[in-house]
Amino acid sequence: MLGEGILKGLAETAKNFAGSFVSAERLTTVEYPEQRIAPIEATRVFPFLVYDGPEWEAGLRCVACQICEKECPPKCIYIEKSKDKKPDAVGKQQFYPAKFDIDVSVCMSCQICVEVCPFEAIKMDTEFELSTDDRFGGLLHDRKQLAKSNEYYHHIHPTEAAEVDARLAEEKAKAEAKAKAAAAAPKPAVPAAKPAAKPVEGEA
Amino acid sequence: MTDSLVNASAVDKKLKGWNRPPIIEPDGEAELLEVAMGPHHPSTHGVFRMDVALDGERVVRLKPVFGYLHRNHEKIAEGNSYLASMPYTDRLDYICSLTNNWAYALAVEKLVGQAVPERAEYLRVILGELTRVQNHASAIGFLIQEMGASGTPLMYAFREREKILDLFESLTGSRMMCNYMRFGGCRVDASPAWLDAARKVVAGLPGFVDEFEALLRSNEILMARTQGVGILRPDLAINAGVTGPMLRASGVNYDIRKVDRYGIYDRFEFRVPLGDHGDVFDRFMIRLLEARESIKILEQALKEIPDGPVMDGKAKIRGFRPKAGEAYGRIEAPKGELGFYLISDGGPNPYRYRVRPPSLVNLTILEDMCLGQNVADVVLIFGSVDIVLGEVDR
Repeated sequence: MLGEGILKGLAETAKNFAGSFVSAERLTTVEYPEQRIAPIEATRVFPFLVYDGPEWEAGLRCVACQICEKECPPKCIYIEKSKDKKPDAVGKQQFYPAKFDIDVSVCMSCQICVEVCPFEAIKMDTEFELSTDDRFGGLLHDRKQLAKSNEYYHHIHPTEAAEVDARLAEEKAKAEAKAKAAAAAPKPAVPAAKPAAKPVEGEA
Repeated sequence: MTDSLVNASAVDKKLKGWNRPPIIEPDGEAELLEVAMGPHHPSTHGVFRMDVALDGERVVRLKPVFGYLHRNHEKIAEGNSYLASMPYTDRLDYICSLTNNWAYALAVEKLVGQAVPERAEYLRVILGELTRVQNHASAIGFLIQEMGASGTPLMYAFREREKILDLFESLTGSRMMCNYMRFGGCRVDASPAWLDAARKVVAGLPGFVDEFEALLRSNEILMARTQGVGILRPDLAINAGVTGPMLRASGVNYDIRKVDRYGIYDRFEFRVPLGDHGDVFDRFMIRLLEARESIKILEQALKEIPDGPVMDGKAKIRGFRPKAGEAYGRIEAPKGELGFYLISDGGPNPYRYRVRPPSLVNLTILEDMCLGQNVADVVLIFGSVDIVLGEVDR
């Protein structure tokens, strides 16, 4: 019969239309600003810098090694290394970023900076409502805007942050054990000098 | 190649009268009308122009104009490290970023002789086939929308695509720009919860394809609009280098998953659907059938996926310098053969980086399909090629 296919298709549409009243599963949209779907944990939007402790400037994990700057595909990261050093979480003397800018209008959220960072200092944020009427300054985030606490990181990526913390704690324990061993060792001058030389190596 | 794939004389007999030359009998009264369709025509899936010469309603000449979305992809990649090109490949065919990742990873792995762990291969197959299902669903949705059924079928396709994109996001972190595969494996492992979620989505897919088929396949309007329209002869398709669903809709049995058996495709049982006429309707049906076959592969892969690492421990992320040499890696992307050709001179960035995009090559025979057709059907034929302009212009 001519028109049978059309009727069959219309039956399908009617089923979907009526179904959306009965089953919540068929109702697939939400009204965005008022209603929100549950955030997905793995989501990545733009990078941010993690800091430990209450002080953002003192606690920044970044040591300005500039690996992310080099590896960033669209080259949206700009880092200026400090002249002096400050102690990091483990207590080593490290450089810190005197300037750390990310141009989020250039960033393509690829996560390569996170992958190459050896210090777990840069991570991906989930904040996406960043619109601004300032095209240039408003989208160029400096290190103060980028710095976010480790607690915030735990809040947005709980599983990943727990893994990172475990890894950092392990490293810290190792460094402490090494320092202790170096201090406890009587006076073999050559091995004792080694742990002290380590921080310099890590910066390159 | 022609002889091995199709018997030329038999095809000639069967296809006698196909692709009739356009009937242009200048009667001295009317002039040809030249129309520029695009670059901002809603049917062009982006920015693309077709310069059409019309005799009344019929197409006499058609010139595709590419390049509005050119982003210098290949040259950028030649200045970047090998890893840094991976996120750029997401932006080629932005509907199926994971298959782009896969093709590029395959080319680099060939270049350096890198092995991939078993679990990573399974994950690649799962993600690649999910990509194929959602690409075909949205391709059909767009095709039907261009026919005038604005909304309903496309929204049904997108409803299903959304579930697959949610899977992508919970695994890779991004819905479309996944940047997931690495040389020697995949970036992160899939949790058991993710695999369960994937099984749940895959279990719902056959129902969706059934629904889509009931909605569209026997629709008389769709048949009238698509059958016998935009016919592509198999010999022309082969000569033009057309690949993917377009080629198979013309009846040529050529699927790189079967020909190359790259990755672990030799372990799965699936068939390659073939068309009989090479018209728009066949291309539409091929995509539906291929989605069904993809679901079959997905079910097998999700059942058999082994435990283990997803990244080869010896694979390097930074300071990646392949030895001098060249490699061509290709896969069956949802749109056709996607290949990456790389030449290394031993440096940290490729000496030459070339993409063989299925969309661009499939688009080159647009004029041959459109000659003699109505101007309204040009939109339809163009839609049935299934292109993404990010890949055409690169």
